[in-house]
Amino acid sequence: MTPDYPRIEIAGENSSIVYFSDRPCSTTSSIISHTLSNLKTALADQLIDLAPSYTSLLVIYNPLLTDQQQIHKAIRHAIDDGQPDTKIQTGRRIQLPVYYSVESGPDLQSLAQNAGLSIDKVIALHQQTEYLVYAIGFAPGFAYLGEVDPRIAAPRLATPRQKVPTGAVAIADRQTAVYPAQSPGGWNLIGLCPTVMFDPTQQPTTPVRVGDRVCFSAIDREQFLQLGGSATALVDKVR
Amino acid sequence: MSGLKVIQSGVHSLVQDAGRYGFHNIGLTTGGPLDHNSFRWANRLCENGDSAACLEILVGGLVLESQIATQIAITGAEIPLKINDRAVSGWRSHRVLAGDRIKLGYATAGCRAYLSVAGGIKAPLVFGSAATVVREGLGGLHQNGKPLSRGDILPCIPCTTDKNLSLPQHQRPTLDAAITQIRVVLGYQHSSFTQSQTQCFFSSEYSVSENSDRMGYRLSGAAVKPSLKGMLSEGICLGAIQFPADGQPIILLCDRQTIGGYPKIGSVFSLDIAKLAQLMPGRKLRFEAISIEQAHSALKLHEQQFLSTPLDIDAQSQV
Repeated sequence: MTPDYPRIEIAGENSSIVYFSDRPCSTTSSIISHTLSNLKTALADQLIDLAPSYTSLLVIYNPLLTDQQQIHKAIRHAIDDGQPDTKIQTGRRIQLPVYYSVESGPDLQSLAQNAGLSIDKVIALHQQTEYLVYAIGFAPGFAYLGEVDPRIAAPRLATPRQKVPTGAVAIADRQTAVYPAQSPGGWNLIGLCPTVMFDPTQQPTTPVRVGDRVCFSAIDREQFLQLGGSATALVDKVR
Repeated sequence: MSGLKVIQSGVHSLVQDAGRYGFHNIGLTTGGPLDHNSFRWANRLCENGDSAACLEILVGGLVLESQIATQIAITGAEIPLKINDRAVSGWRSHRVLAGDRIKLGYATAGCRAYLSVAGGIKAPLVFGSAATVVREGLGGLHQNGKPLSRGDILPCIPCTTDKNLSLPQHQRPTLDAAITQIRVVLGYQHSSFTQSQTQCFFSSEYSVSENSDRMGYRLSGAAVKPSLKGMLSEGICLGAIQFPADGQPIILLCDRQTIGGYPKIGSVFSLDIAKLAQLMPGRKLRFEAISIEQAHSALKLHEQQFLSTPLDIDAQSQV
């Protein structure tokens, strides 16, 4: 952490946000996770919710039970209290299968072209990195993973799609993600993952947590369907 | 379980309780009533706890048929209400019997009404809450985030009381002011807005745009374009005011995305979100900054008043 951090700012009448660093990394992520779990215990009923992200943690509290001074004090305590040894990697390693193809990844061709790489090289590079789960948000179970090899980083589409299918594996700048459900979206689609990324009837509801590490491994069309991948995601041609 | 049967679902009617909390870490938003003040009064008129599930009715058009004897109340927007073709008033609890028809017209002031029933709507809980979030496909009667539809039954328990409670007229919120004044607590990236940008925001009049919903209210008016670039996505609290590239503010509400990467000047004071929730597209608003200490005192005062305001009691329901 640089001397300017951690920094606590008011976000609203019932929220404060803690900035831990100006740049995301695994050390920052593990400090955020640790602070989050300390705050849960320390604030108990005064706490309404916590939203961790890349380099920050939003703390939402009940202003009828406490005030921002008390909260800021509790946050400082939680940061200092028994921080983990950041050299030890926490989080689990999760492997997610991906059916990479032009059929399942309608932006694969243009991404390869703009990068001056072959499609096979793009697919290989996407599998080469072990990604960190920096944040889950935007939609239930949508995990922001980083960072992709700079050679396959690609800006968001100028016009977002109305409909990105469930399981779409996508790249935006140096981030990658699997869409947990059909939704609009502006990321570049390069494949489909058959793993269910959010199921409210299962425990746990999401296969990944903030701080976990994720690897992708290529599968073919048949394996995709066998693993429960949606044939409609293939038929329902994404434009 | 029997209860209230949906004969006509209306424009957009949702089951809402106080909201879903503690799941931002897996990307779940809160849901819950947009006008929290009217929601609480609706519950109090039926002598329910603060978080009992009610209906949030957008604009109106809802028709229900009761299968049980119970009490109901409607608060929030001014919507003509009839029980068996007899006009009855809002902000008052009414006795209904099995076979009675509860019929709502369309809003004449404000746009969101809250219908409570004694004991609350016994909708199943998903992640601890019955709140309907359409965007997430979560909550509501069928746990799938769908709004009410014809034939649905809102499960309720019968209630024997025939005490009718009402909130005195002068305690009810006023709707449809020519310009609604909205208080803001400065926060987040406010110090990266220039003085003239901040001044521009607080001195301009904005209007509610057509693309406003439970996720966020989009405003149109003077553009404010902070120079901040390349922000990392971060947690968004209720009422956060963000500025996308076009400089038109968006106020993020109960169904907001949990994290996002646009610069924010601060957040709307929660009691004023209730006012905002009643503004239809085209209505005008202005902002004023208050300190967090002022916000907390106002909140505590409001809470005291809410708890100490006596309700009027009368024996028969009437207009």
